[in-house]
Amino acid sequence: MSAREQPGATEPDEASGWTAAVRRRAVRALPPDKLLPDTQPRYMASWIYVFGVLTLAAFLVALGSGAVLAIQGPAWWHTSGIGHFFNSLHLWSVELFMAFMVIHLWGKFFMAAWRGRRALTWITGAVAFLGSIGTAFTGYLAQQNLDSQWIAVESKDALNAVGIGAYFDPMNFGQMLMWHIVLLPAVVGILIAAHLLMVRRRGIVPPLPLPGTDTDEPEEQP
Amino acid sequence: MSRRPRAAEPDPYSFGSRPYDLVKEFTIALILVLGLSIVLAALFSSPDEHPATIATWAKTDSADFTATALAELDGSSGTAQYGPPYNNATQGQKLGPVAPANLIGVTKPIDTAHDFVLGPLTSSPQTPAAAAALTRYTHAGTDQQNTWTGNYSTALDNANGDPAKIAPGDYGPVPTLLTALLAQAQAGSLDGQLLTESGAFYQTDYTLPLLLLADGSYLAALAGQDHLAGTQWGMMNETGSYPGQAWLWLYTFWYQVSPYNHSTNGDALVWGTMAALSLIFVFVPFIPGLRSIPRYIPVYRLIWRQHYRELREHDGT
Repeated sequence: MSAREQPGATEPDEASGWTAAVRRRAVRALPPDKLLPDTQPRYMASWIYVFGVLTLAAFLVALGSGAVLAIQGPAWWHTSGIGHFFNSLHLWSVELFMAFMVIHLWGKFFMAAWRGRRALTWITGAVAFLGSIGTAFTGYLAQQNLDSQWIAVESKDALNAVGIGAYFDPMNFGQMLMWHIVLLPAVVGILIAAHLLMVRRRGIVPPLPLPGTDTDEPEEQP
Repeated sequence: MSRRPRAAEPDPYSFGSRPYDLVKEFTIALILVLGLSIVLAALFSSPDEHPATIATWAKTDSADFTATALAELDGSSGTAQYGPPYNNATQGQKLGPVAPANLIGVTKPIDTAHDFVLGPLTSSPQTPAAAAALTRYTHAGTDQQNTWTGNYSTALDNANGDPAKIAPGDYGPVPTLLTALLAQAQAGSLDGQLLTESGAFYQTDYTLPLLLLADGSYLAALAGQDHLAGTQWGMMNETGSYPGQAWLWLYTFWYQVSPYNHSTNGDALVWGTMAALSLIFVFVPFIPGLRSIPRYIPVYRLIWRQHYRELREHDGT
């Protein structure tokens, strides 16, 4: 019986093979008590910290309401009261998601939260924000109403001006729907997952040193 | 070149710790956000204004439809003069010396006379008069076609866009063709024909009908009534009084100010600007000066006020 089969076993994991190597690396980077800690640093005592988890919650509500809309297809909500309600739920969860994310982002900016080898955490969050804008944009294009028609014909000029329109056509409903419900949510979801794992790995960023203290430096290395 | 040694990374828990239930926090947040979304959805619903159709356009504003159809036929419409990716009428917009769309070329070729006018007329049963007009037009030389469409365009302008008030003249088969196309549009068949011109049964690409709608003034008028026009910060608005894509405020802002709002390369300039700003945003941690801004704006003192208070109390003892 291997060490992993015995709860509480303490002998080192020396199994060979790719799977064991990945397991060792994952556990080394994120041991269970680091992945799901039941304590946090004392300085984590502000409402601003809540907006990260609120953003994640709103993302899941947007995913869930979008999944319900997907069950009967993109035209369902135009003809069904229940469908329209889930479209409204989808809309408002996205509005909340973006609002929470922007507050979270500004909070992290003013904490200079990229300090202490956390630059990649900032970058994944920033790219997730930009990806979310793209996801919302394609959602507006997939509404199948006057708003989506107008946004499509207006945005085509900008996309064509920089050459993107040659391959990404906002007037192609099928293409926009696929980007909205498959490609972009997958990218944003993966980025959010990576972002969360990085936060857990490095921990939340310590407070900025007050000016004049020993640890105060003119430029913090990311 | 020597590199400044990286400062030792402080362990977050070296500042002390306190119990914190992440799973409980997440569960409460999820219930809270779900509840708030349900309340907002129940109270405010969501907008769903019916899409414009070519049929409603042709019925509501037949003069605008006819003028647009003529512009597609004689090659003077917005789409006909667009450039890549639809045709080579222009180079497209430039970003500095580069015309990105022109580099990629025409990837969605559109011949407005054929795709919007002659094709739909050819693929539908016509009256003998319309069929004869179609044959006469398609067998005429380009110069003759231009003479007919040019004369009709001038006459239409002189009649303030009303085909019923046009004086007799040398228009060839053009009035008959446009009348036949108007009838198809009003009957609703043109909406479907523009979707199926490729010959495929299943369709999800609305590029042709949307481009035709965009070439007229009907769709723009509807959008203007709903404060969606470009000069009304339209891209970030939603129909009715609903919040739209408020997060596009900075992108939309550039379209309201000089030089973006009057440059012939305005779209490319806005995208170039936003691309540069996005890169700066993503790479803030590596940009000297910018990454130090949080140190000079004391928001962090508010966020960590308890920590700093404890430090002061500790130093005081």
